[in-house]
Amino acid sequence: MSTSTLTHMLQTDSDSLLQEWLTEQLQATTLRRDLLNEADLRRDSQIFLNALTQAVQVSPALDIDGAQWQEIKAVLAALSRNRATYGFTSSEVATFVFSLKQPLFQRIAAALKESPQKLQSELWSVTVLLDQLGLYTLEVYQRSREDIILRQRQELLELSTPVVKVWDGVVALPLIGTLDSERTQVVMESLLQRIVETESTIAIIDITGVPTVDTLVAQHLLRTVAAARLMGADCIISGIRPQIAQTIVHLGIDLSGVTTKASFADAIALALTRSGFQVTRQVSRARTP
Amino acid sequence: MERIPILKLGDCLIISLQIDLHDRLALAMQDDLANMVIETGARGVLIDISGLDMVDSFIGRILGNIATLCRVLDAETVIVGMQPAVAITLVELGVTWDNVRTALNVERGMAFLRLHLDASQAMQTAPEETHDDADAGD
Amino acid sequence: MTTPTPEIEVLPVGSEDDVVRIRQAVRRHAVALGFGLVDQTKLVTAASELARNVLVHGLGGQVRLEPLPVPISGARPGLKPGLRMVFEDQGPGIPDLDRALQEGFTTGNGLGLGLSGSRRLMNEFSVESRLGETRITVIKWKA
Repeated sequence: MSTSTLTHMLQTDSDSLLQEWLTEQLQATTLRRDLLNEADLRRDSQIFLNALTQAVQVSPALDIDGAQWQEIKAVLAALSRNRATYGFTSSEVATFVFSLKQPLFQRIAAALKESPQKLQSELWSVTVLLDQLGLYTLEVYQRSREDIILRQRQELLELSTPVVKVWDGVVALPLIGTLDSERTQVVMESLLQRIVETESTIAIIDITGVPTVDTLVAQHLLRTVAAARLMGADCIISGIRPQIAQTIVHLGIDLSGVTTKASFADAIALALTRSGFQVTRQVSRARTP
Repeated sequence: MERIPILKLGDCLIISLQIDLHDRLALAMQDDLANMVIETGARGVLIDISGLDMVDSFIGRILGNIATLCRVLDAETVIVGMQPAVAITLVELGVTWDNVRTALNVERGMAFLRLHLDASQAMQTAPEETHDDADAGD
Repeated sequence: MTTPTPEIEVLPVGSEDDVVRIRQAVRRHAVALGFGLVDQTKLVTAASELARNVLVHGLGGQVRLEPLPVPISGARPGLKPGLRMVFEDQGPGIPDLDRALQEGFTTGNGLGLGLSGSRRLMNEFSVESRLGETRITVIKWKA
């Protein structure tokens, strides 16, 4: 296993190698001309080749876990994360590394055509090396995509379940759509946080817009009520539709310690009364034509 | 050894807990509070735990003890400022704190104590009137 | 993106000051591993309970905090980081383990929720206990 020819080539012939590699990349069907211009591509490729030159010089190891490969891995990681952010697909990202094979192999073949044994050895080494680097790039890309999706999900979560202030000291959380365990947890935590921020003593959790409730979700609801109570606030759960009421009874969930109201309006009325407010209707004067 | 300072505000005592609450510090606080309630004749005790980023079963028990102790000494206790993460953890830990009164913050806590103290004040004057009514009925 | 996660930390449990230090260390590890605030609190609370147990019942011992980060390479999708905490002592051991793990059981001054409570806060919980050696291993994974 040897990469001596590669090392030599990178040191002496990098400019034309870069040019050939660029040509290869620009011809690829996976090129995203809408997201990447030639100048950027050239710059990225140059940086990679420099790092590769550095790495193989230290030792021709084929395992990229060694210290000398940290630099080039950092370069690839940065590139990968960047491409992930801009919406490149995994193939498009992988092409960057794998497209280097063609120009490299051609040159190695030309340089070692007199020694088939060495040629085979060198080609194998270079293949193994580039494959590892390419796979590493893909792993980082994958991870970045997951992080982005997670972050977007979080933002969507926060946007779709706002905690609204009904009146001084009363907040309401209208839950819409199916609740999964994770979403419910996040939403409940933000409710408790809002209770503190708004100094509210009553929180109305309205589940009119929730089609079904399972044991886990009911558990989270009850835990939230208990946590709010520990903090010094009370919860009213409203909008429990007949089907949900049946499910709750069927699941054996004990709602005895929790204040519940059939409608959101009833809950608001109760909350205001408990807070010491009284709503009166003003008698309006008739308009004189 | 350092001790947690207790403030006196009218007929109420206020104590503020911070993180790094050693067990012995918590026990000392329990003693100090009880002593001060007796010395000052305080009718209300407010414990501010907004500075605690964690409450475990030991500290939870101390706080519960204080509430019970104070009730025996004819003082009402209110614990304020529990952080949401702490509340959620305590619920999952299984702590229920049935005998402990809580409020969102110092302001609300004091308002509650005021209400409670005024109410018990009023109750102490009322019985004389009802007594007369009962006697009149004989 | 790569924040260096702390290495394995071994801390003594010999005094109440140690318990406070352990709370702080667990908080640091939890933050570094990216745990949310609620999970951080659960980790710190469980650590406090278990450390106190070592101090009061185990007559002193140590805790080993092992961060379990997700490796950059060779990671499977869906793999999450976690924190493993191992509490060890050479004390008399837990005589009736089943009872101790039940709700509300108490021998000391605590609410008795130390062991069972900690179990509820963690994802994985295992106890090995006999005279002269007790080891409690807990793991919490990031949600």
